Amino acid sequence: MTLASPSDFQAPQQSSPDQGGPRGLQPEGWLRYLSFSLDHKVIGLQYMVCGFLFYFLGGALAGVIRTELASPISDFVSRETYNEVLTLHGTVMIFLWIVPVVNGAFGNYLIPFYVGARDMAFPRLNAVAFWLIPPAGILLISSYFIKGGAAQSGWTAYPPLSLTTPSLGQVIWIISVLLLGGSSIFGGINFIATILKLRRPGLKMMQLPMYCWAMLGTSILVVLSTPVLAGTLILLSFDIIAHTGFFNPALGGNVVVYQHLFWFYSHPAVYIMVLPAFGLVSEIIPIHARKPLFGYTTMVYSIIAIVVLGLVVWAHHMFTSGTPPWMRLFFTIATSFIAVPTGIKFFNWLATLWQGKIALNSAMLFACAFIVNFVFGGITGVALAQVPFDIHVHDTYFVVGHFHYIVYGGTVFIIFSSVYHWYPKFTGRMLDEHLGRFHFLLTFIGFNLCFAPQHWLGLNGMPRRVAEYDPSFTTLNQVSSVGALLMAVSTLPFLFNVVVSAFRGEVAGDNPWKALTPEWLTSSPPPVENWIGEAPLVTHPYGYGAPADRLDLKMVTAEQIWNDPKP
Amino acid sequence: MTSLTSGTGDLAQISSDVDIAGQSDGHGEHGEHPDVRLFGLATFLVADGMTFAGFFAAYLTFRAVNPLPENSNYELELLLPSINTLLLVLSSFTFHRAGRGLLRGEGQACRSWLAITAALGLAFLAGQMVEYFHLPFGLTDNLFASTFYALTGFHGLHVTLGVICILIVWWQTRTAGRIKASTPFGLEAAELYWHFVDGIWLVLYGILYLL
Repeated sequence: MTLASPSDFQAPQQSSPDQGGPRGLQPEGWLRYLSFSLDHKVIGLQYMVCGFLFYFLGGALAGVIRTELASPISDFVSRETYNEVLTLHGTVMIFLWIVPVVNGAFGNYLIPFYVGARDMAFPRLNAVAFWLIPPAGILLISSYFIKGGAAQSGWTAYPPLSLTTPSLGQVIWIISVLLLGGSSIFGGINFIATILKLRRPGLKMMQLPMYCWAMLGTSILVVLSTPVLAGTLILLSFDIIAHTGFFNPALGGNVVVYQHLFWFYSHPAVYIMVLPAFGLVSEIIPIHARKPLFGYTTMVYSIIAIVVLGLVVWAHHMFTSGTPPWMRLFFTIATSFIAVPTGIKFFNWLATLWQGKIALNSAMLFACAFIVNFVFGGITGVALAQVPFDIHVHDTYFVVGHFHYIVYGGTVFIIFSSVYHWYPKFTGRMLDEHLGRFHFLLTFIGFNLCFAPQHWLGLNGMPRRVAEYDPSFTTLNQVSSVGALLMAVSTLPFLFNVVVSAFRGEVAGDNPWKALTPEWLTSSPPPVENWIGEAPLVTHPYGYGAPADRLDLKMVTAEQIWNDPKP
Repeated sequence: MTSLTSGTGDLAQISSDVDIAGQSDGHGEHGEHPDVRLFGLATFLVADGMTFAGFFAAYLTFRAVNPLPENSNYELELLLPSINTLLLVLSSFTFHRAGRGLLRGEGQACRSWLAITAALGLAFLAGQMVEYFHLPFGLTDNLFASTFYALTGFHGLHVTLGVICILIVWWQTRTAGRIKASTPFGLEAAELYWHFVDGIWLVLYGILYLL
């Protein structure tokens, strides 16, 4: 009985896969990335680079916010500008950075590999979904320069605030979010069809890598909840443009209905941002710990539970909006229940790490930090679900701290982890490990320095969204601002690393991590058709450390395909 | 391409005539994998249905918790919308007949039924217009009026799009057109969409006019 040695899974060197032949109207080389390409890998990287550009923009906006908040008085920018910056920061980071990257970028790149397909189910729809994003982003940013300026009512656009702030910017904000919502829905339809209908024959649902399940759950949430936001924003635009009174109390309307409809999307949106990260981390940890993913079945069921529960917890954002007691009770209990499947996933990751042969490289460092950050954000989330506590800290910096622990400490850490992990597949070259660890160190310290003090500030009553605050909060705000500066600096080694390594990085080979998931069983970067020859049937994507004959190697490795003697 | 069913990977077979990159593009072609376009459309209709669900939820909540001011005018006539409902339900059946005609190779019957369906859809839209012009309230008069126009207008947009689709399908079912018994996707998609729009109207009619 021999152990399945990693070399069994090492694909032979397939440097410079032949992409020749007639390619129709599709441009070649790097120009592909600026074209209406139908290749899921190109589209995935388009999402990625576009997302990172918006991340740097959103980060610059965050820098403005933290600079303003370094002193208790409004001195760096005007109050109106602060409101615009705040709104743009939230909108850019959520709709143009996290959702497109963690869904669109990694989803498009990886899902066809994982299901054993050559592309997504609807490649044209896929390209349309991506190309809705740049115009929407440009539209949103350009609203800053028009008369009256950009939207000022925060990323939630609550009426009546959004009805009283300058209307043109608000309308542009709505159009932009509608475009991005459409993009998201098209992407979701594509993922559902690809995962359910395009699986390679012989590949069962319960053999899929966990990211497929995460993307299936996410896409169901996208398809069910994003249209509700679209409808709500259309009604809001009627209120602004045609002076109807849906959400305008002065005209007999009801602002709470807006909040219900908005959060019916925007709470699931948290899962749309974090479930794919759960999936990605479930791919990364087993590979670098050289152990099978612990509790695959429970992972799947907990994703399903999160999707179902995620749709019925939205009103916990509205405990102070005159929500009746029975509703508070229901939403408190439902929200607390989400801690169960999330906790299952958390312990499964720990159990996967337990006694593993852990390689603490950059990808793994970010993944482990994700677990730490996410548990902290999750615990404060359960606390916020409790009505008495929520009423105390509602609309304070406690909520800001909690939220950023989930989306930055959770999802953004996993985006970085995934970039370190899959960069060799994208480019065929490794990222520099020393720079990567330096990047991690700066990010981890900067992040915690920035957002941990905000919990304390919130508990003591510092309101969010306001440019000025009580001078007694100054010291902690300055600590937070220093943390933000550190986070800004931390992107420099990262940026340097990804740019320089693309040309000078160590050649990675096809499977540098000796992984078993299907995207590694092809060349780096993969050929246009993903595999030369037939797609491998990977029934045990996490079969690390198992004896080869127990692995049930129905799996066709790339090596076998390529070494096959020609008849 | 070789069959993809060999689970154990009969490798000798694979290399013989694989679809090597460069030989065919494959991207965007629907020949290589099962046709999942109707599934995709159905998923989209679920999403579209959720937009309506949001509107319905808003309308019902407004109705329950936001009493209209005194003297608000929100009376609706029942006769015309009821006739309209009948027209729309009827059009679902005529569309179904058109689909059956196509699959049986009765091209002319199919085209006639399609024309009737489109006419019924147009009649519905005309009826909607007549109702709009005779209603005693405008878009911004009160909360009920605004919601009424938003709901029926959004549905009317769907009907308009549906009629346009039917006319395109009608054009493509002509002899040597794109839609024939062997490639019925366009017609099937339009039919699925039309049934969806019909079903939404029944809910809308129920909560807006009857409730």
